[in-house]
Amino acid sequence: MNKLIFKFIETHKLDILDEWIRTTKEAADDRVLRVVSDQVFNSTSREFVDLVISNLNGSKDDYNSRLNEFSEKVVRLGWPLTFVSRGLHTFGVIVLDRMEQSGVITEENQRNLFREFSEWMQPMNNEIIDIYSATWEKTVSLQKIALQELSAPLIPVFERITVMPLVGTIDTERAKQIMENLLKGAVKHRSEVVLIDITGVPVVDTMVAHHIIQAADAVRLIGAKCMLCGIRPEIAQTIVSLGIDLNQFTTKNSLQKGIEAALELTNRKIVNVEVAK
Amino acid sequence: MTIQSCVTIINEWDIVAARQLGRNVAKELGFGTVDQARITTAISELARNIYLYAGKGQICIDKLYENGKPGVKISAIDSGPGISDIRQVMEDGFSTSGGLGAGLPGVKRLMDQFAIESIPGDGTQIIATKWLR
Repeated sequence: MNKLIFKFIETHKLDILDEWIRTTKEAADDRVLRVVSDQVFNSTSREFVDLVISNLNGSKDDYNSRLNEFSEKVVRLGWPLTFVSRGLHTFGVIVLDRMEQSGVITEENQRNLFREFSEWMQPMNNEIIDIYSATWEKTVSLQKIALQELSAPLIPVFERITVMPLVGTIDTERAKQIMENLLKGAVKHRSEVVLIDITGVPVVDTMVAHHIIQAADAVRLIGAKCMLCGIRPEIAQTIVSLGIDLNQFTTKNSLQKGIEAALELTNRKIVNVEVAK
Repeated sequence: MTIQSCVTIINEWDIVAARQLGRNVAKELGFGTVDQARITTAISELARNIYLYAGKGQICIDKLYENGKPGVKISAIDSGPGISDIRQVMEDGFSTSGGLGAGLPGVKRLMDQFAIESIPGDGTQIIATKWLR
């Protein structure tokens, strides 16, 4: 039975390919056509149909590696998954239509033929979706790691003075990391003053404020002093409107002022040196 | 005349999306940086309440025009457990989640108009408006 389908596709390969390219191109939205040129589209389509056919006669290993290669290529080209899976579906529809027209499908064999056909198409579809989702998962996990890396660094700037610059949105996950890094780092660097700089935090709402207050409390418990720097005027106003009490710690509007104050607290200051001529 | 767009709040990142939408609308209407910060903070509080207490809901941002004066209307709608004592949640320092308890009274102070309606077991609807001065 499988041979019947295979032979049909093999002999009508070019016709099927032509029709498939035509229908797919009509169905393709701008998103696809914008990212790929006609030539790439045609050659990739040919590869796609070749791949589909090689599934019929090629060995399993050979097919799998080709499918992998193809999916990676499509992902790289930026073809949407719906487009590819719809393309596969279109291919099936074209083949079945043509087989019906040319009388290969008869009353008796149609049930079996349809079943075999879908059994043959389904794994291909699944495989493509698998590879797509694996690529996405990989991207997401890599970005998550990248995000973690820049999430809460603690920088020792002077002896006994460390700075934690915060950039971007603070969510619960990050708040936890801030707390951990702050405490671990403050102990490790033997900090007396820890400066938290929020210049790069776009919104300070009650949740963010709550986490910062908790972090500062914890820092105080381990014997260091916490200072909040980089409070922009608009943030200052919203903090007042929200009624958040930041009386517990010193606040400065810039990191520079914060460091000056921290030096003062540790009985030091920066002086100009006279250069001998 | 109103122009509306909504963000569904399901996870923490949707709060950021809602906030971004609010900031863009406020910027378009010509609000200054201070009022932009007020509006985004208010959205952040309301969206976080939905995320924390209702689990799922919607934040809608409207552009309003009244007597030629533009404004931003934030609607926070959820069908969560509701609030049994509204007077209590509008008090500073009241929180059931161990937070600062400044959220709702804070939003009221950040915005010009504030209305809250809640039916226990049925959901909560909060509408807050800020006018361009």
